[in-house]
Amino acid sequence: MNKIDISADILIRLYTTILRIRKVQLKIEELYPQDEMKTPVHLCIGQEAVAAGVCLNLKETDYVFSNHRGHGHFLAKGGSLKAMIAELYGKETGCSRGRGGSMHLAEPGVGLLGSSSIVGGCIPLAVGAALSSVLQKEDRVSVAFFGDAATEEGVFYESLNFAALKKLPVIFVCENNFYSVYSHQSKRQANDDISMRPRAFDLPSYKVDGIDAVAIYLKAGELIERARRGGGPSFLECLVYRWRGHSGAGDPLKAEYRKMDEWEKWIKRCPLKMLEDHLKARRLLDIKKIEGTDRGIDKELEEAFKFAKESPWPEKSDIVKYLYKE
Amino acid sequence: MPWTKILLERDVPGYDEGQGGRRLSFAEAVREALDQAMARDKKVFIMGQGVDDPAGMFGTTLNLHKKYGPERVFDTPLSENALTGVAIGAALSGMRPVYVHNRPDFLLLAMDQIVNHASKWSYMFGGNVNVPLVIRAVIGRGWGSAAQHSQALQGLFMHIPGLRLVMPSTPYDAKGLLITSIADNNPVVFIEHRWLFKNSSHVPEELYSIPFGKGVVRRSGKDVTVVAISYMVIEAIRAAEKLKEEGIEAEVIDPRTLRPLDEEIILNSVKKTGRLIIADTGWKTGGVGAEIAAMVAEKGMGCLKAPLQRLASPDVPTPSSFILEEAFYPGQEEIIKAVKNVISI
Repeated sequence: MNKIDISADILIRLYTTILRIRKVQLKIEELYPQDEMKTPVHLCIGQEAVAAGVCLNLKETDYVFSNHRGHGHFLAKGGSLKAMIAELYGKETGCSRGRGGSMHLAEPGVGLLGSSSIVGGCIPLAVGAALSSVLQKEDRVSVAFFGDAATEEGVFYESLNFAALKKLPVIFVCENNFYSVYSHQSKRQANDDISMRPRAFDLPSYKVDGIDAVAIYLKAGELIERARRGGGPSFLECLVYRWRGHSGAGDPLKAEYRKMDEWEKWIKRCPLKMLEDHLKARRLLDIKKIEGTDRGIDKELEEAFKFAKESPWPEKSDIVKYLYKE
Repeated sequence: MPWTKILLERDVPGYDEGQGGRRLSFAEAVREALDQAMARDKKVFIMGQGVDDPAGMFGTTLNLHKKYGPERVFDTPLSENALTGVAIGAALSGMRPVYVHNRPDFLLLAMDQIVNHASKWSYMFGGNVNVPLVIRAVIGRGWGSAAQHSQALQGLFMHIPGLRLVMPSTPYDAKGLLITSIADNNPVVFIEHRWLFKNSSHVPEELYSIPFGKGVVRRSGKDVTVVAISYMVIEAIRAAEKLKEEGIEAEVIDPRTLRPLDEEIILNSVKKTGRLIIADTGWKTGGVGAEIAAMVAEKGMGCLKAPLQRLASPDVPTPSSFILEEAFYPGQEEIIKAVKNVISI
């Protein structure tokens, strides 16, 4: 399938998914200075197309493992917005009962088995879940989402090797936004072509424009289908841009650490705008419908924040609960 | 769930060197636990360097790959950290992995996944997920193995909330506790000791489960309590036998699991004897002995008639030379000396 054949339904779902993630992130950013979400937030504004493009290919029963910058993956995979916001507020109704915070969202019912704030930490977990699917003869694939710096960790290479060795149904998705906090990729990696490295393990590896949701959807779809048919693991490097700082609201030190010509180039490229152009080209752009969707998301957000603010706190005396499962 | 009907611990004598009945070596008992667990539950699988090799990891996994196939018993690349993560991922999605390591020294390569991930996953996600994973490692000793092949790291693991820590000293306990560990829904660090492997004791053929947090009195006595960990149980019993000839009765306690720890059995004994020796296989500072000593000081202070004593290896990496090894490892002589010391006060 190529871009021309992609269905209107998929285009609209991609758009809606990205729009929803974008608006959730913007809302969190707006309210963050109220200091009621007492947890480090790592917003994915600008990077939403990756979560949308990959997850729209996944079934509810497929597994996703994420990282500290995980709101987009959580929402795109079908995680509950209410539970996510409540978690940011540290409430008992949060998806992790307030024990995890922004970096540790999970919803096993939709295949979200957890996220790690140790860079690269979730990668082998995804490989393990894929192994599990094979051993139990289940039709499931696993996806690991991680950033460029994760590819500097040894665990990345160990995981690639094992996944390739055992031909496991796992897709490694790297969101390369060129920065690890303030540190540019060129200062950290001897060779910045990340997608070249998995080939050392004979693992199919691709690079895609991370702003182009359709391109991601198509390529990821191909790799997921391949894994489902027993074709083994694959790697997808998505070049994206982080519109905000590493954590929190805004990017106050932007001029100090970013290459500003790079900033100028990338900030113009918006995944939503790109999809609007797609829709327009296919004569599918329905402004009224988009506005309707927009309003719907606004309402959903209002309800979610209200839910979070009104939810009860965890009981202090419950602090030792959930350490073990009986 | 295939695990709800296992027999709980029967009233079988603990360390019973002289007893009859069906006897297995420690290694055979571990193997039997793995074999029976795998037969009972298809979700159990074994992974690790050399689990399918001709020696079968000191005999503990011997030929299990032939019986259950290479999917369920497989060799692994030397990627301890990622593979622990793989085991965790498998545990999160319905399997019950047993990851076998040659030695605790190699667990240090996997500390990120063991501590930052496995131990915390249930809590971090409010109990919505859990990690039924067993990590086995065998403490090395002797023949010049030296610093990186002889570590007894239970002190590190005892410190981490979210882990269970199990250290059996007899074949009977090894089988029963390994079954419990596999059936448990949480990460278990199961540390064995090389020098226990050839010892035999009575091991029932049927599947049985020993609960965590229940220690055993190996030998009754009224004069001094010796809490001994892992291989030190053997040395403590030998010391107790020698002490008996001199009219001193030492009570030997084997906690069997360190997390959870059977505090009651230790405190009851100290209440009776008033004197305490703790003998561990690891280093002294910040080790298991330190934790047990602190617990007794908190909860049994009034019972102590003399300061307690800890026996452990000196705070240095394990030396290779045979003579220095003798200086490194406390044994029955050191226990006897410590007991006499503590009784004289």
